[in-house]
Amino acid sequence: MFNTTDAYSAPPLWKNGPVPGAFYNFPGSNVDKQHIAQHSQAPVTTATSVIAFTFNSGVIIAGDLLASYGSLARFRDCPRIMKVNDNIIFGAGGDYGDFQYVKDLIQQKIIDEECLDDGFKLKPKSLYCWLTRVMYNRRSRFDPFWNTFVVGGLQEGVPFLGTVDKLGTAYEDKAICTGYGAHLALPLIRDALEKNPLLSEGEAVGLLKKCMEVLYYRDARSFPKYQVGIITKDGIKIEGPVDVNQNWQLAHMIN
Amino acid sequence: MFRNQYDSDVTVWSPQGRLHQVEYAMEAVKLGSATVGLKSATHSVILCLKRASSELAAYQKKIIPIDKHIGISISGLTADARMLSRYMRTECLNYKYSHDTLLPIARLISQLGNKMQLCTQRYDRRPYGVGLLVAGYDDQGPHIYQTCPSANYFDCKAMAIGARSQSARTYLEKHLDEFANCSPDELVKHGLRAVRDTLPNEVELSTKNVSIGYVGKSQDFKILEDDEIGIYLSMIEGEERRVGSGGGGGSSGTGDEALRPETGEQGDPQDPIPAVAMDTE
Repeated sequence: MFNTTDAYSAPPLWKNGPVPGAFYNFPGSNVDKQHIAQHSQAPVTTATSVIAFTFNSGVIIAGDLLASYGSLARFRDCPRIMKVNDNIIFGAGGDYGDFQYVKDLIQQKIIDEECLDDGFKLKPKSLYCWLTRVMYNRRSRFDPFWNTFVVGGLQEGVPFLGTVDKLGTAYEDKAICTGYGAHLALPLIRDALEKNPLLSEGEAVGLLKKCMEVLYYRDARSFPKYQVGIITKDGIKIEGPVDVNQNWQLAHMIN
Repeated sequence: MFRNQYDSDVTVWSPQGRLHQVEYAMEAVKLGSATVGLKSATHSVILCLKRASSELAAYQKKIIPIDKHIGISISGLTADARMLSRYMRTECLNYKYSHDTLLPIARLISQLGNKMQLCTQRYDRRPYGVGLLVAGYDDQGPHIYQTCPSANYFDCKAMAIGARSQSARTYLEKHLDEFANCSPDELVKHGLRAVRDTLPNEVELSTKNVSIGYVGKSQDFKILEDDEIGIYLSMIEGEERRVGSGGGGGSSGTGDEALRPETGEQGDPQDPIPAVAMDTE
């Protein structure tokens, strides 16, 4: 441990003891640094909630444009809603760097598939399954991608929505929100879907707007500019930046 | 020892621009008993003629299920076919694990083609001595693919490979236009007639020497049982057989070699006469 002997140095003073001149080499001070990898133990530049739910003819998904550095609102134009191909839309929360890395993986996958040119297009369920495998694989190496991903799309014409987190835990649902959205927005969406299970696209946009508003008032890592992605059978549109309607007139009444 | 000086290994060219070892491997396919594949707009069917090496032995299995949506039938070296089928099964399984969907047929075949092609380009390897007919169904409908030891593969409407398969191909060519609108039953009947044309006059189709597999729209790949084959056999029973079967076209080499009798008397197979490497017979 604290006596590395090579051919040129003196032998240890006693068996398993220190070599002359190495009394103060503490155990572990000469560990081979080449085989050590720094695993991600905490996210660095983070994005907050993703809001997504299905409506009668498609899926709507939104996330704001802020990437925070701790509590600092560091980068204010970081889009994280992404079109994957004609039938998949994708959103991410958590570490922005990890998202960019995974985004590159996905885009390369789509390019590879286009090169095959065999008429098959990746389906939302396939991407969702693939992401689950990727995320679980990384967590098993104790080096997770620090994200929560949301995959939306049309699978055989039926709206699909699923999510995967950094542990590889995955589930499908009609409404999915990550981060603070799960606490603040999800109840609003569930309530709306319970009253009217088949929202129109217009109603969906209205509901989403309300959710982003609530999140902006309550979530300290949120931002008043966001992107909205909508997928229907007519295609994918990603709109934004959309501004949150702010009204602080009642602020002085709150202690 | 060598039939000529240009077949010492796969990578050696002959002055005529041919790779003799690859052509010999193509001949190995013709030594296997015949197998036929055909498809309609909704289904694809593979049928094959089985042999028993002796009266004491069972008939050798020739149809191998790969996945829910794919099955193959083989002609040539069974051992090589088993390697290829294991590879195809693994690919299908891995794709299902990572993508939660069935592997498109065309992708599987192109991967398989790459695998088979590698060993036609290295002096320390040999080509696979087996031809496959792959029946599959995916989002783009039913497929019949043929693969060769030369690592060529073909997307077919119908195809027959193996010993005396020329007569089956003649039948398939003649009825090609009828297949598209066939019911699955009709398709199997056409296939059986094609298989029957490869038989020598003294041999008849039976539930023992035929096997049938099919796959289609909302129909997983299925290999028919003896009693089900019997039903189909009775449907084509009594129909007049084509006379002079086996004659159908100019197939060279051992393509004309008679189906080996079940008595187990097997002479050494004739030396194959190399044909053109691109030839798919």
